[in-house]
Amino acid sequence: MKRIYLDHSATTPVDPQVAELMTVYFTEYYGNPSSVHFFGRQVHKAIDEAREQVASLIGANPSEITFTSGGTEADNLAIQGVARTSVKKGTHLITSAIEHHAVLDTFKYLAKNGYEITIVPVDEEGLVSVQDIEKAIRPDTILISIMHANNEVGSIQPVAEIGRIAREKGVLFHVDAVQSLGKLPIDVNQMNVDLLTISSHKIYGPKGVGALYIRKGVRISPLVFGGSQERKVRSGTENAPGIIGFGKACELAGQRMADENIELIRLRDKLFDGILAGIDHVKVNGPRGAKRLPNNVNISVNFIEGESLLLSLDLVGIAGSSGSACTSGSLDPSHVLLAMGLSHEVAHGSLRLSLGRQNTDEEIDYVLQELPKIVKRLREMSPLYHKAI
Amino acid sequence: MYSEKVIDHFTNPRNVGEIENANGVGQVGNAKCGDIMRISMVVENDIIKDIKFKTFGCGAAVATSSMVTEMVKGKSVDEALDISNAAVAEALGGLPEAKLHCSNLAADAVHEAIKDYIQKKTKV
Repeated sequence: MKRIYLDHSATTPVDPQVAELMTVYFTEYYGNPSSVHFFGRQVHKAIDEAREQVASLIGANPSEITFTSGGTEADNLAIQGVARTSVKKGTHLITSAIEHHAVLDTFKYLAKNGYEITIVPVDEEGLVSVQDIEKAIRPDTILISIMHANNEVGSIQPVAEIGRIAREKGVLFHVDAVQSLGKLPIDVNQMNVDLLTISSHKIYGPKGVGALYIRKGVRISPLVFGGSQERKVRSGTENAPGIIGFGKACELAGQRMADENIELIRLRDKLFDGILAGIDHVKVNGPRGAKRLPNNVNISVNFIEGESLLLSLDLVGIAGSSGSACTSGSLDPSHVLLAMGLSHEVAHGSLRLSLGRQNTDEEIDYVLQELPKIVKRLREMSPLYHKAI
Repeated sequence: MYSEKVIDHFTNPRNVGEIENANGVGQVGNAKCGDIMRISMVVENDIIKDIKFKTFGCGAAVATSSMVTEMVKGKSVDEALDISNAAVAEALGGLPEAKLHCSNLAADAVHEAIKDYIQKKTKV
């Protein structure tokens, strides 16, 4: 069976150029980058290059990049790191209702441990209001953490404006840019960002590696203590093949982003338009147009449940994801969709299709041919459909 | 994650629909939790002559609904009342742990339909 991958927001395939480069750092250049000898120096040099490649994609200085095990660790390091370092200044932190769990659950942990948190709401398109953030700032606020683009509905947040306000008020600003890296231009200076989380495996790099940008002069306390690697902010022998692969993936993303986005936006809108023309009672989740990630499609198909939709798609070779409770591991559907005001019922019927650089027109045509048939079949089975029509 | 039998019942569900002249109807679950199962049946002389289901829910919810209709069709209401949610899951070759509680309500829906039938019968 032909298989179509439309879950690039979950993870991407490693680019062959990246994989090829990494291979030698497993088998030939295996030295510990902290070692003084030739074997170590060789790898140390390659990591320095990777640091430059990563920094270059976000307009940072290489010395401001700290490699981590991924986006989750970088989010934890940023938030917990600031919370511990700035505790004398204050204990209040601000975030939004649609953050990734790596941010939200870290905030909830802090709330249980003596910190105060404010979670600002979003509108029906999944957008944070700059005014809400501004109103939430108090004299004891130490951090604002807002994602650049949402992983489920693709909504792009006004981070530059929030950054400007944070800077004016003297509050540190963290941005989770895991979904936007390689898809939206990022400049940490223009965006007034103090801390920025990025991840490799969303941009055709390997899994298990990410980074935290830490603006020069911003001090955060480490989560992991040990051998003083990464300027003592993140101890532990470097994941050299991973870091080097991440660097290459950043370089390729920088070269390809502009051209790739034109194609992604075209396919995204073709998918949206085709779905809306072919299926009734469908709701677009998140904004359309320029405030949406180039590769994100998210809809709620009324009267049917997301997991049965995913399962049916998988049986015809199409891979997507859903905010249904059945796929989240909890009893509630996606916190993002609920925060946008969707009812449980409509949130259970959500479907996210996230495009990547290898998707083609033929694949989109195939989805547009299969999806209406699946929806029709599931609706015929649904006790909610008959009543509503 | 699902057994072949679950996928078979999900892909080719048995007895989908709603019986218009049903004399026993039962519904369990709610849209909030993501599962609703509706069973309609025709019972004659305490024997389930016909049964159909409609389900809003995940793969397990659809498969258990389909399975339970096969299991009770032609059985007496007493026999059908003896069939538990666990027995339905077992007949499907098991369900993933996470599905055993939330999506395994098909036997309950049948029991509700039988209760409805008995209530209607005693009223007449």
